[in-house]
Amino acid sequence: MSLHDLYLISPQLTMAGLGILVILLDLATDRKGWLAAAALLGLAAPLALTLVQLAQLTGIYGPALDNLTPASSILAPSLSVDRFGLFFNFLVITAAALVILASVDYVKGLTRLQGEFYGLLLLSASGMMLLASATELITIYVALELTTLPLVALAAFLMNARSGEAGVKFLIISAISSALTLYGMALIFGFTGSTSLEGIAAGLGQATAQPNLPFGSYALLVGVALLTVGIAFKLSAVPSHMWVPDVYEGAPTPVVAFLSVASKAVAFGLLLRIVYTAFPEMGPEWGILLAALAAVSMTVGNLVAITQSNIRRLFGYSTIAHAGYILVGVAAMSQTGAGENGVAGGGGFATFGPSSVLFYLAAYTAANLTAFFAIIAIGQRIGSDRIDDYGGMVRRSPFLAVALALALIALIGVPPTGIFVAKIYIFTAAVKSGLVWLAVLGVINSVISAYYYVKIIRVMFLQPIPEGGAETATGESGDEQPEAPTDQPSKLTNLAVALAALATVLLGLAPGPLLQAAESAVTALSGVALR
Amino acid sequence: MVPLVYFQLLSAALFIIGLYGVMARRSAVLIIMSIELMLNAVNINLIAAASHREGWGSFVNFDGQIIAIFIITVAAAEVGLAMAIILRMYRNRATVNVDEIDLMKW
Repeated sequence: MSLHDLYLISPQLTMAGLGILVILLDLATDRKGWLAAAALLGLAAPLALTLVQLAQLTGIYGPALDNLTPASSILAPSLSVDRFGLFFNFLVITAAALVILASVDYVKGLTRLQGEFYGLLLLSASGMMLLASATELITIYVALELTTLPLVALAAFLMNARSGEAGVKFLIISAISSALTLYGMALIFGFTGSTSLEGIAAGLGQATAQPNLPFGSYALLVGVALLTVGIAFKLSAVPSHMWVPDVYEGAPTPVVAFLSVASKAVAFGLLLRIVYTAFPEMGPEWGILLAALAAVSMTVGNLVAITQSNIRRLFGYSTIAHAGYILVGVAAMSQTGAGENGVAGGGGFATFGPSSVLFYLAAYTAANLTAFFAIIAIGQRIGSDRIDDYGGMVRRSPFLAVALALALIALIGVPPTGIFVAKIYIFTAAVKSGLVWLAVLGVINSVISAYYYVKIIRVMFLQPIPEGGAETATGESGDEQPEAPTDQPSKLTNLAVALAALATVLLGLAPGPLLQAAESAVTALSGVALR
Repeated sequence: MVPLVYFQLLSAALFIIGLYGVMARRSAVLIIMSIELMLNAVNINLIAAASHREGWGSFVNFDGQIIAIFIITVAAAEVGLAMAIILRMYRNRATVNVDEIDLMKW
């Protein structure tokens, strides 16, 4: 392992080192306020290293490169430092910084283990950054577990029954889905004889295929199906979605905020990498599989969300629906390969599907973080997350009510917000690759989702403040809530809300730069060039 | 040499027994044990596939064995976390029966 290899994984290493450093700092100091400051300032290191890598890729220090990993490096088959991975590095670092900023006031309410809270969050972030760059099955598996296990520990972080229950459910379902993923990987490895994604593509080319069977053989069909179920767990898509509402309701809210955006985003990155790099010839089969998952995910998520009375649980179903919308983009890209006319349009169209997925992920990150940060701040004020208790919020806390309303409008997909642009791109990609029915279903689902998002806005703006306030809530939603009502304003949480809301609106008003970044990121995937 | 398909059948059978255990068992500890069975079924599959396949050039392909070692290591970490969480749940609720963990549904 040379010094250059260390440089290649330095963003991930510094992120993991920062996590351990914060835990150690917790032992050394009594002034717990420093922990969040150290975590936030420390994030400058992985950010700076990612920027340096990006500068080198774009050719500021020499020739422009597609991939920083040289073929001679021991990391060559397992880690690809390209623009695609760096896009997700930026996304994860930004999300982690905002979540830490928003959770400072929340964590002050914990009596102990404050350093571990930030430490586990950062360790999980390092796993996410590794996952976005991983191009080999062993690395993918280790990165998946490094992402999930700290999040499981964080889900069970509070000393109450609800949080413990969320932890147990998260743990069992994550363990089952990692076993399924591994069995799928074992079958794919047995069939192709390689663990690297490019090696799998090469192995598929040599293997004899049965033309009348999807994916060409039973071993590969079962392997791909199991792998997809395992990744769907991280995407929070059907069929592995049952953990989502429970964890969203029981786990600490900042953890849910991080889980709902960063973990989901890198899982989509992983899916894009697998479909493009390992199965470049099998676009149509993947397209059918993913289109079916997309249709079921958005319909199930939206229909069940209508009946929810707890706002965090509602967002659990909402995130399942959004996983469905984003899967539309992945399915669309898979069909551009061997679409109706074979040549797939040419000239920029090949990157349309995957780049719209990346843009949607960024826009969703901004909008969902705004919503969750507002929920954290409101939870600290009223000590409840039942939607009925949000009555009259516009008079109790106008700033938070307006920010939450903005986030909800963004999640419906109304201009001028990022998700509006993203939805247009994704549904256009679907139509262009012949998935008109899926685009129509997506639009119908967006209309259904407006019902329950607007319901929350109506409660906040039109209904009176509930009698007795938080006391009525304790019967149902737990007297063990750490967010005991306080009157002191949480300035840092409000700052995080404002930053995320600003990003939501900016992405809608000026989507150009991010869209260009997404376009250049997906060209790094080797399969894109083939189509 | 024993044919590869025997190993694959053994692996599939163990995996399905593990999956049945996950669904049928009510104790959280036994569910974790069933998941371990599923992971070990994967290990058998990987090691058999690796040892039955010719590697590139003159090398034997060791990737399958290496994944198995990684799976064993990560599974140990997973069990450590699982036991900690289940213990915490037992202190809160005085039960590890997953049917009784039903504060949140629908």
